[in-house]
Amino acid sequence: MTASVSPPRRRRRRPPMALARRAGLYLAGVAVLLFSVFPVYWMVATAFRSQGEIFSAEQTLFPRTLTLEHFDRVVNGRLLPGVDFWQFLANSLTVTLGAVLAGALFSLLAAVAVARFRFRLRTAFIVLLMIIQMVPMEAIIISIFINFRKLQDATGITMLGNLTGILIVYTAVSLPITIMMLRGFVAAVPKELEEAAAIDGATNAVVFWRILMPLVAPGLVAASIFAFITAWNEFVVALTFLGRSTDSFTLPLTLSYYFGRTGTEWGPIMAASTLLTIPVMIFFLFVQRRMVSGLTMGAVKG
Amino acid sequence: MAQTIEAAPPGRTGGDPGAARPPRAARRLRLPAPYLLIAPALVILTGVLLWPIVQMVWYSLHGYSTRHLMPNAPAPEFKGLEHYQTLLSDPAFWRILANTVVVCVLMVGITLVLGTLVGILLHKLPKWFSTTVAIGMMLAWATPAISASLVFRWLFMPGRGLVNVTLDRMPDWLVGSGWRDFNWFLEPVPLFSVLIMVIVWQAFPFVAVSVLAGLKSIPHELYEAAKVDGANGWRSFWSVTFPMLRPLFALLLVLQIIWDLRVFTQLFILANSFQNKSVYLLSYYIYQQGFSANPPNYGTGSAIAVVMTLMILAVTAYYLRIMIRQGETR
Repeated sequence: MTASVSPPRRRRRRPPMALARRAGLYLAGVAVLLFSVFPVYWMVATAFRSQGEIFSAEQTLFPRTLTLEHFDRVVNGRLLPGVDFWQFLANSLTVTLGAVLAGALFSLLAAVAVARFRFRLRTAFIVLLMIIQMVPMEAIIISIFINFRKLQDATGITMLGNLTGILIVYTAVSLPITIMMLRGFVAAVPKELEEAAAIDGATNAVVFWRILMPLVAPGLVAASIFAFITAWNEFVVALTFLGRSTDSFTLPLTLSYYFGRTGTEWGPIMAASTLLTIPVMIFFLFVQRRMVSGLTMGAVKG
Repeated sequence: MAQTIEAAPPGRTGGDPGAARPPRAARRLRLPAPYLLIAPALVILTGVLLWPIVQMVWYSLHGYSTRHLMPNAPAPEFKGLEHYQTLLSDPAFWRILANTVVVCVLMVGITLVLGTLVGILLHKLPKWFSTTVAIGMMLAWATPAISASLVFRWLFMPGRGLVNVTLDRMPDWLVGSGWRDFNWFLEPVPLFSVLIMVIVWQAFPFVAVSVLAGLKSIPHELYEAAKVDGANGWRSFWSVTFPMLRPLFALLLVLQIIWDLRVFTQLFILANSFQNKSVYLLSYYIYQQGFSANPPNYGTGSAIAVVMTLMILAVTAYYLRIMIRQGETR
């Protein structure tokens, strides 16, 4: 496609105006790049800067000395009384991975139903997903909190103040988007492939594991990463459900509490923020394009 | 991936389950299958996210606080529309509602305009350069809300924040004086300005990348034709790009409005307390009524939540219309 377009353009000589225009475009590109990267750079730069420099009234753009003292304080010290960093990391990983695994299973089942079967409530289910996807957590958080509190009193199972409650909510929250993402993948697997395998005598389980799974796997990875990022970053539910149970704090909540308590310890705060950000950045690179097409779905078409 | 999504609709219609309907006996045998498959998702979605919407309306009509959660608590008192009447006659609520609308409009407007401009820019830059810029934008997009809010709080910190120090070093005739100790987080206008900046910083990459994907799908000949007709950049945007990408822009608009109406985490870090009611937004007010007021006022909190949900449902209705038109519910 590019080959058919560019040659006639390239043969033309560039007038000076076009050169100035090009320079303008590059400058704008550099400006966008700086605007995007700078806050992240500042976070990392502060995390590696010495305490003296952070407290100096003359901030310099580049750190004069690099130090690991803030990371050391975050990882080996205590951000909140009595609990160490590894506990918070373990909490975050537990809820995140738990929500991802449960979500992947439930959404795969639902996606197969939506993509492969035509049933009475199918459209209703899809519309329901789209509506739920839009419901703001901040609006229903009071109701959810009361429900979990009542459930806790009725059954004796602790739902608030530990990881159980937020695990359940995190699983629910990303389901609508992961189902919609997976549905496209399941639908793209040719039905003929499954039918051919069935004619060859493969059981339903074999068809599922040997035919459908390998083809849907990339979608499952993308959906899982999306669910991971959602749960890993989530704040308001953790804030509401965990209250003062510091033992169960997730990383975002820990950061917020640490900030609220100290207010000026920017070295450790930025070091912890950096640690929180790294896993998201890594996963994000894998799914970035899928996030776009997953969220805008069919809106981008030729 | 774009191919997968684009390839999906024909696959879906081509493999229309209705067309390949199995014989009657087999169909009856398979009938419960789809329901069994959606059952886990349906149960958890209904129980955790859908039913609470109904309850929210019920709570908003009752006086409800922590004492009603105690064992053997008295039944919550039915108050009718009292919470709504109190809210609607409270100037503070109207100010918060107005602030929410204004801040949301600014966030959405700036995000969409900036994102679209950057998308067009990326389309015009050579591949290596646009990829570099796109990766840089990915950093802004991927930063967790809590990290982003903390960085901006630090950048704008009175006394030592980089923005304050830099503004203080700039000549007084240009920016005025006294910036070093300026506190951005006390008054609504400066605080909301920083808030809008955080949100736009995190949200524009999504718009830019979506617009870029849209631009790539527009046939080049249309622009050539517009050029022959003597259209400049502005003109060809409004007569080619915008009409071609109208569904995409509608969708981006809806998603941005819904995401920006509910902003909470960023405000929680930037305001750092519930003391200053003049910097509340609706979501912040709900949380304050439910979990920070003493005693908690679940009824009033739910009434505010109903107002917010109605605003979002109105936008969602528009979103559903787009989705149904595009055949996404088929």
